[in-house]
Amino acid sequence: MSTLEPVRERVRGVAMTGLRADLYRVLKYAALIAWAIFVVAPFLWALSTSFKSDPGVVGGATYIPFLEYEPTVDGWTALFRDTSSGGISMQGPYLSSLVVSLISTAIALFLGTLAAYGLSRFTFRAGPLGNNDITFFFISQRIMPPAVLAIPYFLLLRFTGLLDTHLGLILVYVAMLLPIVVWVMVDFFNTVPIELDEAALIDGCNPIQAFYRIILPNCAPGMVVATLLCIIFSWSDFFFALTLTFAKVQLLPPTIVILNSNKVPWWSLSASALVSVLPLVIIAFVLERYLARGTLAGVIRE
Amino acid sequence: MLDSRYKHIFLLPALLALVAIIIFPLIYTVRLSLSGWDVNFPELDYIGWDNYARAIADGRFWDSMGTLYLMVLFCVVFEYLLGFALALMLWKEVTAGRFFRVLFIVPMCVTPVVMAVVWRTIFHETLGPMNDVLGWFGIPAVPWLSKSGPAFAAVIIIDVWQWTSFMFILLLAGLMSLPREPYEAAQIDGAGPIRTFVHVTFPLMAPITLGALIIRLIESSKLMETIYALTSGGPGSSTETTSYLLYIRGLREFQIGYTASLSIIYLAIMIIALTIFARSMSRLMIGRQGPVRA
Repeated sequence: MSTLEPVRERVRGVAMTGLRADLYRVLKYAALIAWAIFVVAPFLWALSTSFKSDPGVVGGATYIPFLEYEPTVDGWTALFRDTSSGGISMQGPYLSSLVVSLISTAIALFLGTLAAYGLSRFTFRAGPLGNNDITFFFISQRIMPPAVLAIPYFLLLRFTGLLDTHLGLILVYVAMLLPIVVWVMVDFFNTVPIELDEAALIDGCNPIQAFYRIILPNCAPGMVVATLLCIIFSWSDFFFALTLTFAKVQLLPPTIVILNSNKVPWWSLSASALVSVLPLVIIAFVLERYLARGTLAGVIRE
Repeated sequence: MLDSRYKHIFLLPALLALVAIIIFPLIYTVRLSLSGWDVNFPELDYIGWDNYARAIADGRFWDSMGTLYLMVLFCVVFEYLLGFALALMLWKEVTAGRFFRVLFIVPMCVTPVVMAVVWRTIFHETLGPMNDVLGWFGIPAVPWLSKSGPAFAAVIIIDVWQWTSFMFILLLAGLMSLPREPYEAAQIDGAGPIRTFVHVTFPLMAPITLGALIIRLIESSKLMETIYALTSGGPGSSTETTSYLLYIRGLREFQIGYTASLSIIYLAIMIIALTIFARSMSRLMIGRQGPVRA
């Protein structure tokens, strides 16, 4: 009798899940769709707004073009017009943002992967501190609020004449990105067996060649994730761009925020916001492929 | 074994870069905090602990920290609950799962301050869609940005919109890395979905949950940009976070020495609070357990 007990339990369980499962599925999709709507709503609102002109805005919220308002492309053409003719000429800031984020990403990746490989393969000792402590030291730098560092950065960059230059901002971004690269890459290198390094050494590589010919290609997914995260963080930085650059160097986020306070019409504001986040939305699609495979799981377990 | 003569070539460049770009400026901040550097007197003199004494009596500073911690608490709790719920829903193979996953991580990828500019139009009292949509359900217009309560809520709504995605992807990655065997055992024991969650999924996820919470606590305590673009700390100083106040005091009013002392106090409190949180949470959730990796 008692041996049959679990079986009966399961049968009953299955019978109940039939109805329950349907209800659960309906609720689940309702929740997923609700969240999806919440996620896309700001983008759709901005997209709709970017095609409006005065009548579509001042009468209260409108959503659907042609039906509720007559669409124009004025918001979009303003992106390329000079400020003198009522435009916001986005090309300059766009190019600056591109240059600064790509260069700082490249430097951070170069330094960060080297360090992560070193930490994964060799034993370091500094008094009582070992590899884990050094790794933690790198990662713990993320704790530093930009607002705390902004003041010394401002003064130090002014002393060195790097205030309001691309180079000054790149230096700051490298420090901001390095912890991310080390964080992601140490774990990736740990998953590659050390026999691979040894085989490369036997084939006549020196350790540096072994690193970039053999190990790095084997960690391509990690490199992709690290690169994309670096681009997201540097492209999205506002605080340092606001406090360390003013006139000569103009990046996207401060440019758009300043538009916001300058009574620029909503349509060109929306268009500029959409254009500036578009590369990041594309990155999200690539990133999902790598992240959803559980690529980050080991990284979070500290 | 690898030739360890090379090891410093790998580690040192990054280590030196970090020390030069973060640790040295931090030490410099400590020195600045002992000076009276401001607009009228831009020099590195020595005034002892005066700045710290002033900071301790600065009500606005402590208020900003209270505001910050309250915001962070709300944000991280909502983000965790929503992110975990979404991750659980998309964990198993589901129809259109990839579509939802991609969509759900978009917010964490886009520039916070730029989205805050868009949100500001959404929260506009008379012209924005937020009050319009609430009106469809007969809810009277909310003064989103001109009353302190609603402004506080608006900041949290934006943060939850943006960073639930981050919690979601971390917890989803964690769920996908869980071993299969405990679930098979649970099924054989006839455990229903709720009991499986309580006794298997939740305990197994504890280390990942803790990691995700700590990462979010660290990142959300920097909260400043949304506030800059949305409310400028207002109305009054009801949404003023510590980072925002540091920016105003330091780089707007140029009270360099005083702001440096505020920064040091803020940083010390944050590190202590995070350490206590991490210790007590890991004891609560995981018990005494060493690091997973050797």
